Amino acid sequence: MRRYFGRKLFTYLLTFFVAATIDWMIPRFMPGDPVAVLVAKTNGLSPTAARAMANYYYNLFGLNQPLPVQYLNFWNSLLHGNLGLSIYGNGTPVIDMIWGAVPYTLALLIPAILLSWWAGNTFGALAARRKYLDNTILPVGYILTATPYMWLAIVLSFVLAFSLRIFPMAGGYGFNLEPTLTWLFFTDLVAHWALPFLSLFLVMFGGWAIGMRNMIIYELESDYSRYLAALGAPQGLIRKYAFRNAMLPQITGLALQLGVIVAGALVTEIVFSYPGLGHLVFAAIQNEDYFLLQGIFLFIIIGVLAANFIVDIVYVMVDPRTRVAMRGGTA
Amino acid sequence: MTAATGTLTEPSPAIDEAQKAPTPPARRARGEFLFFTLRSKKFLVSVTILLVLICIAVLGPIVDPTDPLAQTGLPERHPSLELGYWFGSTYFGEDVFAQFANGLRASFFVGLLGGGLAALIGMVVGFVAGYRGGWIDEILNMVTNVFLVIPTLAVLLVITSYLQARGVLFEAIFIGITSWPWAARAIRAQTFSLRSREFIDLAKLSGRSGWKVIVFEIAPNMSSYLFLTYILLFGGAILIAASLDFIGLGPTGGISLGLMMYNAVTWAAPLLGIWWWFIPPGIGIIATVGSLYVMNVGLDEIFNPKLRDI
Repeated sequence: MRRYFGRKLFTYLLTFFVAATIDWMIPRFMPGDPVAVLVAKTNGLSPTAARAMANYYYNLFGLNQPLPVQYLNFWNSLLHGNLGLSIYGNGTPVIDMIWGAVPYTLALLIPAILLSWWAGNTFGALAARRKYLDNTILPVGYILTATPYMWLAIVLSFVLAFSLRIFPMAGGYGFNLEPTLTWLFFTDLVAHWALPFLSLFLVMFGGWAIGMRNMIIYELESDYSRYLAALGAPQGLIRKYAFRNAMLPQITGLALQLGVIVAGALVTEIVFSYPGLGHLVFAAIQNEDYFLLQGIFLFIIIGVLAANFIVDIVYVMVDPRTRVAMRGGTA
Repeated sequence: MTAATGTLTEPSPAIDEAQKAPTPPARRARGEFLFFTLRSKKFLVSVTILLVLICIAVLGPIVDPTDPLAQTGLPERHPSLELGYWFGSTYFGEDVFAQFANGLRASFFVGLLGGGLAALIGMVVGFVAGYRGGWIDEILNMVTNVFLVIPTLAVLLVITSYLQARGVLFEAIFIGITSWPWAARAIRAQTFSLRSREFIDLAKLSGRSGWKVIVFEIAPNMSSYLFLTYILLFGGAILIAASLDFIGLGPTGGISLGLMMYNAVTWAAPLLGIWWWFIPPGIGIIATVGSLYVMNVGLDEIFNPKLRDI
């Protein structure tokens, strides 16, 4: 058990190291000079003033030091939780801005991932090898899983918010409210949360349903299912075993899909101006706030790595074979 | 994307026969493929939709050579049968059909090139890791695992935000470099299961080099699998490009389906009720990617007799 998790943990630490290094390298080795861009934004500077300003920025960001020193400084401040100051936030520390946005993103992602995974697996398993359900759920599933997250979000906001006025169009809560612990504020929060959640849920649901349906068909055609059927076992029992076996690839699939899901949440938040990380990414790009962008990048990586580790633990708990193998037995 | 990869399984034995002995059994296998191809509704419907979309992407800009970014200054117009306004026009008087056709072109380009590059890297890594094994496999596996958990879009965000001028070509290349890991992992597993078969041993005994064994013995035996992987990477690349464009990191000075949605949301098309601005790009992507996925399953059923629903 220790060896298995040790290996996993080593991979994740290595991943974080690689990701952080990419994060450090890109501004320094990409063609073009971010400082030049920054200086060029101030119009009408004399050449001497421009040079002085560039020098000031080089000093400020520590870009005039040798590269290895810059790299060590980067890790030093990173491990102290210092991600720099945000230009977009008028000098607010990047880490504070991220902490303010994370609860909104998590409130969208966690329920959407868990509910769509559960609902998709249930419906997918029902659809397999049942003509009528298969003919309805399968095409719907394929359409949903091919839908770009932001497009479904735009359409939902156009139909349910703009035309029918059932839900509010944008924001995390009403512009006329202050965040307080009242019932009114809570219901308003939920009303604003509903549409972004729904669009994330629907797209993911399609993918899980199709995945489960296809896995179940494989399992129902496998030797153990045929053997059970030959022994005269009831259909329900065979399906139950097939479902359990088909679950495992779906759990691995969840870990593999996390990056895509997070990307989906980012663009969905942009459509609804939902005050999570996606909204912050958009603002950072619009304002060329590279510190904020890099900070969010590292934060997303840490989140995805943590989620991967949780999935690893769940996998070991669900699959009896890995447990047996870990204790040194043979499955 | 990955949920669908679960459907890929070992290549059917029929392909082995077809590759090994080009005698009557092969011809029978080919005929059988043709029979099931023409019977597969999934395959026929998806290929038809894809052909229509390709026609629009290739012929659209020729039939209607309007500059997709030319602003007429006239107010937006509803879609009509009048030439030049098939899909209406935007808030700035840009022709939506011209944007759609040119955007579709960009999408297919990103899919072909980005998906192709990802498939190539995935194949090289997967084949080498699966065939060589040992410490090479350990290292490649570690690299694959590292890149597998890094969210592709997050990396692309940081890379592309530093580029002042961006083109569709760069976008496709960056997507290709970042989206290969799951393909490498899947191909490695397949190679692993093939490498201990007798015909591989025979090829090794006959003195063929490692590369020749991979290219002439292993790859042809999982050609259907490789093709299906490419289809999924193709669709995935289109979706990633759309997200990237939508965040505001799309091609500068060009048009794409994601950029159409970005412009529509930036200029509040849903609030102005200009639905024909943002509906076509979404439908275009759904039709393309959805058809690719359905074609994937259809082909899987054609290649793998176990899955045929008789």
